Amino acid sequence: MTPKKTSPSTSPLIGAEQIALLERLSNAVAVSGAEHEVRKIVMAEIKDLADDIKVDALGNVLATKHARQEPALRVMLAAHMDEVGFMLVDGEDGLYEFATVGGIDVRQLPGKTVLVGKDHLPGVIGAKPIHHTTADERRNAISLDSLRIDVGNENGKKVHPGDRATFATRFQQLGPSLVGKALDDRLGVVTLIELLRHAPAHIELLAAFTVQEEVGLRGARVAGYALDPQLAFALDSTPAGDLPSWDGAESPRYNTRLDGGPAIYVADQGTLSDPRLIQHLLQTAETFGIPCQIRQPGGGGTDAGAIHKQRAGIPVVSVSVPGRYAHTAALVARLDDWQHTLALMVHALERLTPAILEQER
Amino acid sequence: MKPLIKKLVEAVGPSGYEGAVRELVKKEVTRLADEVRVDALGNLIVRKGKQSAGGLRIMLSAHMDEIGIIATHIDEDGFVRFTTIGGVGPRTLIGGRVQFLNGAFGVIAGERLTATDPVHSFEKMFIDLGAAGKADCPVKVGDLAIFDRPMMDLGNRLVAKSMDDRISVAVLIETLRKLKNTPHELYFVFSTQEEVGTRGSTTAAYAIDPDLGIAVDVTATGDTPKGMRMAVKLGAGPAVKVRDGGMLSDPRVVRWMADTAEAAKIPYQLEILEAGFTDARAIQLTRAGVPVGCLSIPCRYVHSPSEMVDYNDVRHAVSLLTVLLSNPIHLQ
Repeated sequence: MTPKKTSPSTSPLIGAEQIALLERLSNAVAVSGAEHEVRKIVMAEIKDLADDIKVDALGNVLATKHARQEPALRVMLAAHMDEVGFMLVDGEDGLYEFATVGGIDVRQLPGKTVLVGKDHLPGVIGAKPIHHTTADERRNAISLDSLRIDVGNENGKKVHPGDRATFATRFQQLGPSLVGKALDDRLGVVTLIELLRHAPAHIELLAAFTVQEEVGLRGARVAGYALDPQLAFALDSTPAGDLPSWDGAESPRYNTRLDGGPAIYVADQGTLSDPRLIQHLLQTAETFGIPCQIRQPGGGGTDAGAIHKQRAGIPVVSVSVPGRYAHTAALVARLDDWQHTLALMVHALERLTPAILEQER
Repeated sequence: MKPLIKKLVEAVGPSGYEGAVRELVKKEVTRLADEVRVDALGNLIVRKGKQSAGGLRIMLSAHMDEIGIIATHIDEDGFVRFTTIGGVGPRTLIGGRVQFLNGAFGVIAGERLTATDPVHSFEKMFIDLGAAGKADCPVKVGDLAIFDRPMMDLGNRLVAKSMDDRISVAVLIETLRKLKNTPHELYFVFSTQEEVGTRGSTTAAYAIDPDLGIAVDVTATGDTPKGMRMAVKLGAGPAVKVRDGGMLSDPRVVRWMADTAEAAKIPYQLEILEAGFTDARAIQLTRAGVPVGCLSIPCRYVHSPSEMVDYNDVRHAVSLLTVLLSNPIHLQ
């Protein structure tokens, strides 16, 4: 939905500084289970923004910004630090068999450049050149078993089974778009850092920069248990499948659309959003003239799926920045959609009071 | 009990949106309870009784939610595409009618099938609300609906859209009414979001931290022509669950239920269900673990808009639960 714009909503919350931070974060490597590079950047950025910062047993960064007035509402905000990628399994002579970490479509891997191990050694996921393939081979998808990461003989001695790898894509800003390998969910990570900076006085803000989301919401599960909030928001990235169809027909399945603003979740594979929180976001968007869209109900999920089932139950909703080509080497998102997402969340938190939990649902 | 059952099964309450059912139940139980509260996920938690000698803290659970659909796309001509909430089978849909939470009605129809399609997939179905176009359509993306169908009273047999699990909601309300004295601290939980993965009972059980858990839910039967391999049939009494697809009942609980039924001369049957599971699974896996069992109401055509139960099974379930909860429990 696109409410009427009643006031300029593109606030100056995201500028050159935030985009530069997104660039650093997108280029950093943090495949699920090995999030330390991103964690290090996050810890440095939030040092002066939170009252209490700790790293938990699984590697989540849990940061609290205390409320400065009563009655305070305990609100958890989660954004995941990890990204999809690869793990070396076995190999010799610089050619490594590998496994995928998180949801990756093997068909789009051949020919991609990657970074391997803690030293980011360059590698290539090899592909048989067209000179040597048969017509039959070209018609069929290649299997993961027959792919290798080629790091070369010399560097092959410096990497080991268990080392992670990720796409080598460098972040770029192209006109209205942001392009990077790990904008899912570094967009959410920067959004969350900015929300800590702009935390309203009446909110006990519990920020969770989570680990292992891409392999099953594992970090969020223990973070939700530990923080025990009254309600929670997951800040993530979601696919935009809005490309025109080859025959010009209207597509009934697109998940979200670029330029449609932040995507608000009603239902996904793991969560039914609390209807009071959905309404709160929609009313906030309408009041401030911020464009937004309802993500098409269906599969997929966010940290909210793990958080809402912790302890005696936690009302949740997810808000995502739409992005084309999710979980490939290059995700494309729009700066405007990201700015609207941050604006929506800043205003939504400002307007949030304990009364929301007393509303009928 | 029939007027209560009719009210409950005709109420609208897909997973996550159980408000209307919750209000109905609240009205029925408030007079009968020591405490009534609604938790963060919308579970209605009704406490009755205090623990005395030989008494336990017991959680009973019947879910308020029903399966349904949710709109994913409104096309230019005003037709609504949708996906499912809970385990909806495509075979039961074409020609059916839906009611949205905002009161709008529609019919489910399908695209023309090609020779290779044995059945309409959800992608090839749509809802027609009689709209002239997108602007005229009373439904938005993200709106939920349930399968509209009034209850049919066939004498001993009752047919309705959401016997799963409103019939058990009725059983728990009636048990609460019948129960005069109990040595136990009883928590009757009218749970939410069971059909999408026993989510409500997961958090309710954490909060209650019970010594014993009992789910009340429907189960399938094997008593229809060329039906599934299953011993349970309509009219042979409530079923004491031994196992299902997600839970093995505590054998002590199974014995306690079966022995109590024998002693009270209440008909019962033993249930082995090969697929599916209930709130009992969620309770069992809570915190450090909880002994659980499940009393099932046999039900034909589960997850179709015409689920059939036997009225005597329902009444016997109330009698059995009332006896079970009126006396001290020594699991062995």
